[in-house]
Amino acid sequence: MSAATPAAAASQSVLDVTDFSVEFRTRAGIVRALDRVAFSVGRGETMALVGESGSGKSVTAYALLGLLDAAGRITGGSARLEGTELTSASPAALSAIRGKRAAMIFQNPRAALNPIRNVGKQIGDVLRRHAGLGARAAAAEAIEMLRAVGIPDPARRAGAYPFELSGGMCQRVMIAIAVATRPALLIADEPTTGLDVTTQAVVMDIMGRLAAETGMATILITHDLALAAERSGRIAVMHAGHIVEDAPTKTLLLYPRHPYTRRLLAATPTAAGNLADLRSIPGNLPDLRRDDLPPCRFAARCDRRLPACEAPMQWRELEPHHRVACWNPA
Amino acid sequence: MRGLLLRLAGSLPALVAVIIVTFVLTRVLPGDTATYFAGPTASAESIAQIRAELGLDRPLPEQFWSYVQALVHGDLGMSLTTGQPVLTDILARLPASAELTLCGLLIGMAIAIPLGIIAAVRQGSLADHACRVIVTAGVSLPVFFTGLLLVYVFYFLLGWSPAPLGRLDAFASPPPAVTGFYLIDAALIGDWETWRGAAAQLILPAVTLGLFALAPIARITRASMLAVLGAEFIRTARASGLSSRTLILTYALRNALLPVVTTLGMVFSFLLGANVLVEKVFAWPGIGSYAVEALIASDGAPVQGFVLTMAILYILLNLAIDLVNRALDPRARHT
Repeated sequence: MSAATPAAAASQSVLDVTDFSVEFRTRAGIVRALDRVAFSVGRGETMALVGESGSGKSVTAYALLGLLDAAGRITGGSARLEGTELTSASPAALSAIRGKRAAMIFQNPRAALNPIRNVGKQIGDVLRRHAGLGARAAAAEAIEMLRAVGIPDPARRAGAYPFELSGGMCQRVMIAIAVATRPALLIADEPTTGLDVTTQAVVMDIMGRLAAETGMATILITHDLALAAERSGRIAVMHAGHIVEDAPTKTLLLYPRHPYTRRLLAATPTAAGNLADLRSIPGNLPDLRRDDLPPCRFAARCDRRLPACEAPMQWRELEPHHRVACWNPA
Repeated sequence: MRGLLLRLAGSLPALVAVIIVTFVLTRVLPGDTATYFAGPTASAESIAQIRAELGLDRPLPEQFWSYVQALVHGDLGMSLTTGQPVLTDILARLPASAELTLCGLLIGMAIAIPLGIIAAVRQGSLADHACRVIVTAGVSLPVFFTGLLLVYVFYFLLGWSPAPLGRLDAFASPPPAVTGFYLIDAALIGDWETWRGAAAQLILPAVTLGLFALAPIARITRASMLAVLGAEFIRTARASGLSSRTLILTYALRNALLPVVTTLGMVFSFLLGANVLVEKVFAWPGIGSYAVEALIASDGAPVQGFVLTMAILYILLNLAIDLVNRALDPRARHT
């Protein structure tokens, strides 16, 4: 995947990631969690990052925002947010960017909020840090943010603690915290996992509306292809720390080219499909601690493997905005 | 408020149990009060006469009944060693013990909580190792030993502190009693000379207790802080770019303090126990040394009074901790 030129690298791009690699030093060896990941997200665009558990979706988000724990290290590549290089930024510079230009929301919203601080203050904390507001102005703006994410009676709810709110309400509060400073980029890590279906739709609607209003770019991290299909303009598929395919959502769903993407789609239930037709993906993710990882990390599980697959992986742009990292695309 | 009253009511059975157990214990313990007070040369007749005077010859249930009746009227009985009502003795000596214990606890907290925070935030650093050494030392050194060591070093060798003989120098007079805490009473009337004298007497025994209290507080603070720092809401706060000051003090520490506050109650009760020895070492006129002297003299009423006072203190302490927890944790207010 050298010489990566992300397909959608428009002039309007908010985030440009190229050759982004991350390693974790563990007792059992070095885990090559991300290998030359490349993508870009444009203004107002929603890109879904999909893949099975452990494929490196969340690690990508954490590494971009400098939230890796001590064992994790960015070993190469570049990530530019509105022109600012994130990989070489100091911890202080990153902390000034986090929550201001790039924000993140998480799954399990109730645990992701401070249990003993009322939600108005938690939103206010971000505003005081990044928008330079005083305590009173921050409290007033926090109520406006609660209104913006559709929480009824926001002035009263600002004094509520997370345990007094439902999961869906907590996720709205999370969104309010994340978008309070009108960031250019919002990373949503499995934002609807654990919420019931109607709440999921409401939460996704709120995120979509705010993105449309402010021109915020969104990275939607999910293992749920149906959600990605419904809510994103573009999908990047991750497998074992590689992005293997990246295409507009419709194209990817109708004409998947990477064998892994095809497998992933075949393993996703649809309304029209028959349950008996669902296919599990054979094999497991490769052990990322191995020193002799093959160039294509899907090769061992792939039924279209060729001798050519031993060659270093390269991006192939099959048509405009549709690229795949495979020597033998379907 | 209703919850608090319920809690108070819930501790009544414990209080009843304490009354029964201390009564039985003081009757069962070896040593005969009448013999002790009659003196070594007393005849069997005079011992019997003293026993009858004290009511010790009546059957146990009858003795217990009159004890409870007196108790209801706030009468804890007479101390045979001091010749005073036990209640008067305890009320006179309790402030000395309370001042010492509170100062010890404050010294322990002032060192242990910051130490635990730093040890957790900078895991594996020098501060973390120092924390481990201090915790181990604090657990393994008995208070009478640290007390004697401090007296040896700071009084005998260095001469920095006054003789370990009570709350004030023998020639100084105590400040007029308002709270019974010399430091507060002296400060109230602006008598800084007495304040300094009282502080100089207090510092070594308080440090001795502080060192003892330090270990459990530091250990819980560190563990609780580590647990909180790994929590999901801390990740959210970091993702929001909050300053490390806000992150550690407002987000992590306030949450980490909840188990620490609960531990403080336990530590305080340990301190009440440790007090007995420290008061002996420093000739501190508190209720701990009072109880020990009474116990040695087989003087039942003061011992019963002491244990009962401790039980009431402990109940009040737990109530106070409940209140602090309610103030810190909105979830506790709802249960």
